[in-house]
Amino acid sequence: MAFTLSVNGRNRRVDVDPDTPLLWVLRDSLGVLGPKFGCGIGQCGACTVHVDGTPVRSCALPVEAVGKGKVTTIEGIGESEVGARVQKAWADLDVAQCGYCQPGQIMSATALLASNPKPSAEDIDAAMSGNLCRCATYNRIRAAVRQASGQTGEA
Amino acid sequence: MADGNGASRREVIQLAAGGGGGLVLGFSLAGKGEAAASAARLNAYVTVQPDGWVEVVSKNPEIGQGVKTSMPMLIAEELDADWSKVRTVQADSDPSLYGRQFAGGSMSTPLHWDELRRVGATGRALLIAAAAKSWGVDPATCSTEPGRVVHAASGRSAGYGSLASAAAALPAPDPRSLKLKDPKAFRIIGQPIAQVDTPSIVTGKPLFGIDVVVPGMLFATFEKAPVFGAGVETADLDAARAVKGVRKAFRVEGAGGTEALSPGVAVVADTWWQARKGRDRLNIRWKAPEEPGLSSRDLEARMASTARSSVDRIERHDGDVDAALKGAAKRIEATYHYPYLAHAALEPQNCTAHYSKGRMEIWAPTQNPESGRQLVAKTLGIRPEDITVHLVRCGGGFGRRLSNEYMVEAAWIARETGAPVKLLWTREDDIRQAFYRPAGWHNFEGGLDASGQLVAWHDHFLTPGQGVQTARSAGMSATEFPARFVPNFRYGLSILPSPTPTGPLRAPGSNGISFAVQGFLDELAHAAGADPLAFRLKLLGEQGLVGTPGRDGYDAARMRGVLKKVAEVSGWGRTRMAPRQGQGVAFHFSHLGYFAEVVQVRVANDGRIRVEKVWVAGDVGRQIVNPSGAINQVQGSVLDGLSAALGQEITLEGGAVVQGNFDDYRLMRMADAPPVEVHFVLSDHPPTGLGEPALPPAPPALCNAIFAATGKRVRRLPVDPALLVAG
Repeated sequence: MAFTLSVNGRNRRVDVDPDTPLLWVLRDSLGVLGPKFGCGIGQCGACTVHVDGTPVRSCALPVEAVGKGKVTTIEGIGESEVGARVQKAWADLDVAQCGYCQPGQIMSATALLASNPKPSAEDIDAAMSGNLCRCATYNRIRAAVRQASGQTGEA
Repeated sequence: MADGNGASRREVIQLAAGGGGGLVLGFSLAGKGEAAASAARLNAYVTVQPDGWVEVVSKNPEIGQGVKTSMPMLIAEELDADWSKVRTVQADSDPSLYGRQFAGGSMSTPLHWDELRRVGATGRALLIAAAAKSWGVDPATCSTEPGRVVHAASGRSAGYGSLASAAAALPAPDPRSLKLKDPKAFRIIGQPIAQVDTPSIVTGKPLFGIDVVVPGMLFATFEKAPVFGAGVETADLDAARAVKGVRKAFRVEGAGGTEALSPGVAVVADTWWQARKGRDRLNIRWKAPEEPGLSSRDLEARMASTARSSVDRIERHDGDVDAALKGAAKRIEATYHYPYLAHAALEPQNCTAHYSKGRMEIWAPTQNPESGRQLVAKTLGIRPEDITVHLVRCGGGFGRRLSNEYMVEAAWIARETGAPVKLLWTREDDIRQAFYRPAGWHNFEGGLDASGQLVAWHDHFLTPGQGVQTARSAGMSATEFPARFVPNFRYGLSILPSPTPTGPLRAPGSNGISFAVQGFLDELAHAAGADPLAFRLKLLGEQGLVGTPGRDGYDAARMRGVLKKVAEVSGWGRTRMAPRQGQGVAFHFSHLGYFAEVVQVRVANDGRIRVEKVWVAGDVGRQIVNPSGAINQVQGSVLDGLSAALGQEITLEGGAVVQGNFDDYRLMRMADAPPVEVHFVLSDHPPTGLGEPALPPAPPALCNAIFAATGKRVRRLPVDPALLVAG
């Protein structure tokens, strides 16, 4: 079945089964490889992308449910001022270890700061707890979100 | 993570020293004739571009431990390169150039600290020689500034880019003859430097195995039996083939056991999702396994029935434990247990392979590429020289990718398919088809004299295995602490028959043993009425190095150093605790690193545990190569240990693993992650690695803190909050 998706500001046509998760449409059909596969059941957040600015787990979202929603991935998030700021904080603080979860972390953090520019420590924990980091870089993720929100020092 | 039953740490060092290391072989290919107009290759690791950019090869697999940054830093330092103009290049698997390439045992730093600096120094000497020759001056009168050779007396200088072609044509000096920098002159080593892949990571560039794209590539999934190694009885291959996009569905008979190629069914399709949908239609019936399926409760029962009297063999006995226990002023007993664990690296196992005209090309996220190449060669009957393995960044390793069966599977499926294939496991495949951290039981008895000194220690260690052989990564050394620190010491071993595949998980052996040993030590400290930290210092005594360095050496002075440091920074014994709040301490030596940690917890009345903070003191020698990566590794190791202790357990039912995904195999999440404060104690010893040694003290320090907070002793992992309810 043919779908037209808006991905990072571009319309992309794909022909896939309607139940295909958005993640696999992005990765295998469109070559958008930033969103990662980690669990397939929306538990780890490595596949997080935005649909109309809202973070979603693309591994568990059938492509037919995307409709006209505007999909933004890690490849496109730097176009927004908040996204660029979050990416910079991640780079400045050398957050990553293996780095595999970090696109998803950055997508969740950007969505948080877009809706809540000065999150409290509890806000950060709540917004980021859907994203697993198996290397457990949580101390730096927390610091990077704070830096990106213009807050310094320990929460 | 050098495997307990594989190459030992010592053998690895010998391999490196004995010519397996890259240096000598690498230099045999140095520059001559390769100096092209575009770039000059000074040796197997260093290529200088005319514009001054320097390409430095990173030889080992990058699994998140940071070697793709820290190893090139060693070269760049002695090359005196300008780090802002260094590009790192990931090596392919090529032992002829780079010696043994692996990510394990926290060995990259100790094996390469000297060697890779000499690689850089050799390049620098060549550049200096080229400059001196062109200026007609004595090389000894030249020096370097980052990226430049300088002749101070005449005020001349030249960038490396302009010298490289000439340098590459000169004979390379003997790397052993070169004087290395005074550490005070380091410009790169010791600086907190962000990972070289950071810009790509934060922008989502393809970096990982799962991101490999080969033109014409198909996608594969491979289903294996839930009971390890069982064969396929029937499978509805036609149903899978009827799914749109599925190109092939076929049975794989298996060869070489679970370490190589297990039996199963492969489905290959245009996209991975289509392959998965095909797999869902297979309706496989598995053959009855050769051995009856084991359940976790069977293993528990075997443990319980293996009384102290039935120790299979005594691995060590110093003094007279029975007499010392009999004569002890106080005597306590306890049984500790830790479960099987899965690695659960976030990037599921995957590998891309292409077989064409008798040659196999492989892109593998692996910790152990050469071993994988040999395994593919053996299992598929291809000459090793016809197999190329490209190293790809791994989305976590933790020891799981030391095993290469997914590489063999990808190669096999690609050859059967006749097209490039990317094999990708599901998360459930990863959790249920692993080489698990072995479960273990320790039946302890300990005796204290009237002064509260530990005088007798008996550990009956029960561990999985077959016959008289402990399972892979399931052994315990006869010099494991507190051996050699207690006058009457006995360690008896019993093997619990179990077919469950096991293997190294980050800090293998240590990650479970430390929980048991440091927990029971804590019990003894309390029985002695002593402060747990002071009790430990007293046990470590006044001595320095015990045993032989590089073999079984244990430097008690270094351990006392980190214990004292962690006491100081954590406010140990000086911090007033609220009700149900407490601190616990533990230490452990592994992978050449000395670590002591204090965990502070608060336990709610309903048993819920809040880890408030962790303090770490570590001694890994005189120099931290990259403080940014180092602190990250330590924080991650500590949280990894806490994550496992608080939430993880693999259980078996009828020979099959029960857990399958992150909903029932729980990893620590952000809200539960405490701040981890890291302190390094610098001691005058060669630098060693940080991928593992900070992990083992974390679980026992946590459980000792829970005891301090609640008076309840945790002797079984994962921690069960129901046992910590107030009242």
